[in-house]
Amino acid sequence: MTNELIQAVERANSSESLFTAVRELAAAREEEGISTLIKILGYNNPGAAIAAVQGLVELGEVAVPALLEQIDGYDYGARAWSHRALAKIGDPRALDTLIEAALSDFALSVRRAAAKGLGSMNWAKLADEEVLPSQTKALETLLKVCQDPEWVVRYAAVVGLEGLAVTQSEFQSKISAQLQQIIDTDEELTVQARAKLALEQIQN
Amino acid sequence: MQEYSQQQSGAEQLTVAQAIANLQQQSDTGLRYYAAWWLGRFRVNEPAAIDALLAALEDEVDRSPDGGYPLRRNAARALGKLSDRRVVPALIGSLSSSDYYVREAAAQSLEMLGDRSAIPPLVKLLAGGVEAATQVPGKPHLVQPYEAVLEALGTLGATEAIPQIQPFTQHPVEKVQFAAARAMYQLTKEEIYGKRLIRGLQAEKLPLRRSALMDLGAIGYLPAAEAIARAGVENSIKLISLKGLLEREIENSSSDSLTLSEPSIQVMKIMDSLL
Repeated sequence: MTNELIQAVERANSSESLFTAVRELAAAREEEGISTLIKILGYNNPGAAIAAVQGLVELGEVAVPALLEQIDGYDYGARAWSHRALAKIGDPRALDTLIEAALSDFALSVRRAAAKGLGSMNWAKLADEEVLPSQTKALETLLKVCQDPEWVVRYAAVVGLEGLAVTQSEFQSKISAQLQQIIDTDEELTVQARAKLALEQIQN
Repeated sequence: MQEYSQQQSGAEQLTVAQAIANLQQQSDTGLRYYAAWWLGRFRVNEPAAIDALLAALEDEVDRSPDGGYPLRRNAARALGKLSDRRVVPALIGSLSSSDYYVREAAAQSLEMLGDRSAIPPLVKLLAGGVEAATQVPGKPHLVQPYEAVLEALGTLGATEAIPQIQPFTQHPVEKVQFAAARAMYQLTKEEIYGKRLIRGLQAEKLPLRRSALMDLGAIGYLPAAEAIARAGVENSIKLISLKGLLEREIENSSSDSLTLSEPSIQVMKIMDSLL
């Protein structure tokens, strides 16, 4: 069954038929399909990639090892999609990968996906004693990402910081101070506005 | 959508003085062409840079095989980025260049500079209306840079040119229709023009969908937010377009301190989902 679905993806010869085949493979939620779904992230076909990401996210943590292993160092389009999938699954095993991507990937679409993900990890999957140190690493990363030259990456860092502040009350005063600074000094109105929204969410 | 790296491949090693000197020499056309771009890219609005760019706008040395003026094109583009209105008359002069791409660059730069004295000469390029706006045989463009002209007239608030602009919403080329709809929305705030651009998000060709998306962002058409999120286009471009909507809404709803209206919060929620 899964094999047939995989073959249908490989046989697809139009954007339309690829999208349909990917959607069916994704809906099957079979582990055997993971590798094929990841391959699709590199086809430069946004419709198919969205369906593949959705399939991987629904599979959840079983897809994480393959996603981490198969990250494409040469194709930033594919890399952005895999980071988006990792960010949405929120498995803390992806923490170091997301930190590195948020700080130093040359592609802004990768940095922004990673920054958002750092704020919404599923921290409960970690052993109790690992939670705070891991969250602290995410916090330190996001504070740095607030200096990114691209507005959309700073915007994503603000979204990430809001997520962290909501889950870890110890960070709230530090994050609030950073957000206030962004409101006062960021050169982009959109980033200021998002920081204002984040600050309001944290204080409520 | 182009991605920008954090390091600008050594470009910053050029100094302002060197860039101006490169622009003024005449033996290496490649260096001149690059220097003109560089001065615009790094927004070097020093008088010496502007003078050198104005001189480059008259250049006769750098010619393309079909008679175009590559250096003039780059100089015209750069001058739009330097926000110095004393270059407006020279750019208006460039609107009658024999080189289509010089005329296009001049129209775009005049849009950026925001000087209303450019309106009458821009309207002149619409002479003959839609009937005259045909393809140049053997070239990938129409007789005039209509998109750039229409967009400039919209941005410059050329309400006096509405009768000349409106017919272009029926031009056979869809991108020209979009540019006209964009200008008409800016000039009249009538919903039909915003809706025309929303329909453009369904266009079959990706470049057209991108173009409609950018136009909606440029006019900040708030009712388009959901349609933008659903459009079949890369998230990077959707985010830029939504940023346009958000900033227009904030400017309209905030007085002096930053306040967030319900619609602006909705736009941000959509943006969050596209990260």
